[in-house]
Amino acid sequence: MKKYLSFFRLRFTMGLQYRAAALGGITTQFAWGFMEIMIFAAFHRADAGAFPMSFSATASYLWLQQAFLALFAVWMMENEIFDTIVNGDIAYEMCRPVSVYRMWFARSIATRLSRAVLRSFPILIVAALLPHPYGLAAPASLKHFVLFLITLVLGLLMTVSLCMLVYILAFFTISPAGLRLIFDSASDFFAGALIPLPFFPEKMQRIMELLPFASMQNVPLRIYGGSMSSCEMKRAVFLQVFWLIAITFAGNALCRLAQKRVTVQGG
Amino acid sequence: MITMEHVCKSYKIAKRNAGFGEALKALFHREYEVIRALDNVTFTIGDGEMVGYIGPNGAGKSSTIKILSGILTPDHGTVLVDGRVPYKDRIRHVQEIGVVFGQRSQLWWDVPVIDSFELLKDIYSITEPLYRQSLEELTELLNLTELLRSPARQLSLGQRMRCEIAASLLHRPRILFLDEPTIGLDAVSKLAVRDFILKQNQTHGTTVILTTHDMQDIEALASRIILIGKGRILMDGTINDIKRGGENIDETVAELYRSYDI
Repeated sequence: MKKYLSFFRLRFTMGLQYRAAALGGITTQFAWGFMEIMIFAAFHRADAGAFPMSFSATASYLWLQQAFLALFAVWMMENEIFDTIVNGDIAYEMCRPVSVYRMWFARSIATRLSRAVLRSFPILIVAALLPHPYGLAAPASLKHFVLFLITLVLGLLMTVSLCMLVYILAFFTISPAGLRLIFDSASDFFAGALIPLPFFPEKMQRIMELLPFASMQNVPLRIYGGSMSSCEMKRAVFLQVFWLIAITFAGNALCRLAQKRVTVQGG
Repeated sequence: MITMEHVCKSYKIAKRNAGFGEALKALFHREYEVIRALDNVTFTIGDGEMVGYIGPNGAGKSSTIKILSGILTPDHGTVLVDGRVPYKDRIRHVQEIGVVFGQRSQLWWDVPVIDSFELLKDIYSITEPLYRQSLEELTELLNLTELLRSPARQLSLGQRMRCEIAASLLHRPRILFLDEPTIGLDAVSKLAVRDFILKQNQTHGTTVILTTHDMQDIEALASRIILIGKGRILMDGTINDIKRGGENIDETVAELYRSYDI
C-alpha cells in the first residue's frame, strides 16, 4: 500500500507545479460556466414549467461541474500512460514490483486531485458570490452535503476505473486514438457532462441512469442541490458502488490478460 | 542461476508497401508476417557471471532480456531465474533484479532525480539505512552529487544514463540486465560505467548480462560471450574464442557476423 501512496504523493506534488495550465483551466471553466448559465437561463425564461429541477439547483450543478471538472472529465486521460504503451516505456513499468493496474490507478487519482485542488477554489468562491439564482447555492441540507462528499469520492473512483479500461484496451489496439474518441464522446453524453441527465426525455433518462457513466458526476452534483428523492439517492449510491466493483474487477482481469500478450514497441 | 531452455518467441508484424493505394487496401486486408525473434534459445548462466550478449540489430537480444526480466511471455520453452518463472511470478521476480534499457528512461521527467530515487525506495521497500548506504555508494562511484537535485529532463544523455544505472541498483539486485547501457556516452562516462559494473560484480557478486554494440564494453566486461543471430544462439564462448591476433575487436566481430551470415 505504501508503494502506491508514494506514487500518489509524487504525482500529486508534480501536478501542483503546473501553474500556467491551472490558470488557463480556471479561465476556460469560468467562460464555459457563464455561457452555460446563460443558455439555461434562456430556456428557463421560455418555459419555467418544463424544467425538471429548480433553476438554482441547475446553476449549482453547472458551477460544481466546472469547479470539479478535473475530477470527472473522462477526456482528461493520462497521456503519459498512452505514451508508455505506444513507445514501449511500459517495459520499465513492468520491471517494478508493483501491480500495473494499481500503480496507474493511484497515479490517475493523484493527477486529477492535484488539478482539481488548483482549479476548484477560485471557481467555487466566485460562483458562491454570484447573485441568486445564477450562482452556487448552499447545499440542500447538511445530510445532502455529507452525501455529496461521499458520492464525489465514489464518482472520482468510478471515473478513474472507467479510464483504466481505456488505458488497458490500448494494449490491444496499439494506437489509442480511435478508442479515446468513441469513449470520450459516449461518456460526455451519458454522464451528464453536456446536459444534466434530468433534462433528457424520461424514458431515455431511466435507462441512462442505470449505465456506469451515470455513476460519475451525475450523482454528487444532483445530490448537492437536493433534486433527488431519498429513494433515488439510495439507488444512485448503490449503483455507484456496484459499478465501481464491477469495473475495477473487469479492469484487473483485462490487465492480467494484456500483460500476457504485451509487446514492447520500439525495440 | 539463469536457465533458458528451447525458448521461442515470435512477433506478428503487419506489412504493406508504400503509398496511398496500399494503405487503402490494408484497411480491408492486412498482410502479416511472423518474425521469429527467438528460435529455440538455450543457455545457462551461473551466479556471479558476467556475460556479454552480442549480435547484429534485430537478432533477438532485447527480446531475451525482456523475457528474462518478466516483461514478455515466451511462446514455448522454459525460463527459470533463481527458481522463478519471470513472466508468471513477475512482481516477486523483479524485486530481485535490476534492469537498464539504454534507450529508455525510468526517471520521472519533470522532477529532480532524487525524487525518482525516493519513489524507487518505497516501490522496492528498501529500508532507510540500506537506502542511505546504497545511495552514498552509488553517488560516489557514479559521481552523481551534482546531478541529484536537477530535473531529469535537464540532464545530458550521459548524465542521465549514470542516474538510470544508479536507479536500477538502489535495491541491490542480485542480477543485473543491461540493454545497451553505454549508448551515447562520452569516453569518460563510458569508462566510469564500465568500471562501476566491474566493481559491482566483484564486491557484490552481481550477475551481469549485458547487450551492446560497443565491443570495447564486451572486451572490458564480459568473461563469457553469447552470440545470437536471427533468433538462434550461434556461439557460446570467451573473448579469446573469437579474437584472432592483430585485428581490432570491431573487425573481429564484423568478421564473426559475416562468417555466420547474419
